[in-house]
Amino acid sequence: MDALTTPFLTGTAIGAILFLAALGLTLTFGQMGVINMANGEFLMAGAYATYLTQQVIHSTGISIVVAVPVAFVVTGTLGLLLEVSIIQWMYRRPLDTLLVTVGVSMVLQQLARDVFGAQGDPVRPPSWMRGSIDVFGYHWPHRQLFTIVLAVTALAALTALLKRSAFGRRIRATVQNRDLAETMGVSTRSVDRLTFFLGSGLAGVGGVAIALISGTNPTLGATYIIPAFLVVVAGGVGQLKGTVIAAWTVGVVTAFLTDWTSGSMAQVLTFAAVVVFLQIRPQGLFTVRTRGLA
Amino acid sequence: MAEAMLELVGVTAGYGRTMVLFDVDVSIPVGGAAAVMGHNGAGKTTLLRVAIGLLPVRSGTVLLDGEDVTKLAPNRRVKRGLGYVPQGQLCFPQMTTLENLQLASTTKSAIDDVLDTFPALTDLLPRPAGLLSGGQRQQLAIARTLLTQPRLLILDEPTEGIQPNVVAEIEQVIVDLTHRGDLTVLLVEQHVGFALRSTDSYYVLESGRITGSGEGGTGALDEVRAAMAV
Repeated sequence: MDALTTPFLTGTAIGAILFLAALGLTLTFGQMGVINMANGEFLMAGAYATYLTQQVIHSTGISIVVAVPVAFVVTGTLGLLLEVSIIQWMYRRPLDTLLVTVGVSMVLQQLARDVFGAQGDPVRPPSWMRGSIDVFGYHWPHRQLFTIVLAVTALAALTALLKRSAFGRRIRATVQNRDLAETMGVSTRSVDRLTFFLGSGLAGVGGVAIALISGTNPTLGATYIIPAFLVVVAGGVGQLKGTVIAAWTVGVVTAFLTDWTSGSMAQVLTFAAVVVFLQIRPQGLFTVRTRGLA
Repeated sequence: MAEAMLELVGVTAGYGRTMVLFDVDVSIPVGGAAAVMGHNGAGKTTLLRVAIGLLPVRSGTVLLDGEDVTKLAPNRRVKRGLGYVPQGQLCFPQMTTLENLQLASTTKSAIDDVLDTFPALTDLLPRPAGLLSGGQRQQLAIARTLLTQPRLLILDEPTEGIQPNVVAEIEQVIVDLTHRGDLTVLLVEQHVGFALRSTDSYYVLESGRITGSGEGGTGALDEVRAAMAV
């Protein structure tokens, strides 16, 4: 039983981190077609925002709660600056966005090295996050549970925003047909900016979870960017529920394979499986149903 | 002569290096209903895209209520009273019928009003718009545009590709709209008879140039056919 429980629960937590890392991309890549390689560095910025919040608020219990909105706003603002200064000139040119944002990610990494040093800094979890709960004999760390709660909260908030609010309707309309949205009175430029802010801010929230598990590091983002893109593509570009299922599947499969082989071999096998899956089903898990013409 | 609501003055426009419209002048008076007719590829849709702002002009001016709006984004023109129903029954396919309508207005009474005009949409409100038939999508497109409360409604081939029984319904709605009095209408239509019946002036566009214009009504049928044969 333990052989199944442990990798399943650990994998679910890995999936939650992957989901948080991929959530911002679901918006910026999936919905806007921008290949933002700097999204990994937004995760890193979120992690450093968590670290800096702890330097200001010493109570770890409070600081971690404060760090979530702080990381969201800091990385959201970084994303907004990137959109206004560079990305806005490159919509509908995805390969150009890839090249430019690789450059931006290098600049951000070097900036982090210069400011914080190359070694990275630890982020202290609050006392209530140091324990574990017993699930079929496996001591499931509170930290992993927190990550899952954070992922579920982010998913619920984003779903509510997209489905229930006027701003969410404008985002979805702009994504589905930009010209038509304009003719409905939607300022698609404002929507672009706010969507980029939102997507980048969500990466920052992912950074909080990562900081609690592995601390901060200037190259932290590079670890997550490729798996995050694979999750978004495998889930079906722009499909939120696809991203959830793909992230969870990749997380659990990686955890099982890690148990049976090694950490690095598990990553290789998982991504090979994703590549094979995309060969068979290039559109990913979910696609849009229409009667045509739309 | 009534004051012009929309004017295109010496407009030349196209896509990339290919020009489609050449020095086009069109004037739509306040409260009037004008039809633009022409063969496929004449530049009718391009003319409307210039009017709403989806296509920039190479040269010339677009005036709305006498003000130059040539450089104004489409969403700003919509806020100034332009409403545009594009060709092809376009909708937001992943959004429900209700969400499509709510994009333009969330006021319940306003939505109820357009549902009175298009009662067939009432039962379709929870359905994704991408799953509607062509006729239902066209009704949704017109309803959605009416919710933006336009003073000038631009319709691009509203009956194209629609099954005949729905065409009659849509034609009746357009005729009613043109006779409402508070709405100016610019209609692009290949069905010359219908276009002339529902408007009071017309333009014939061929190869990107205005080749004929005059007062509408069925009496102009021969004149329009002659201009289109050029």
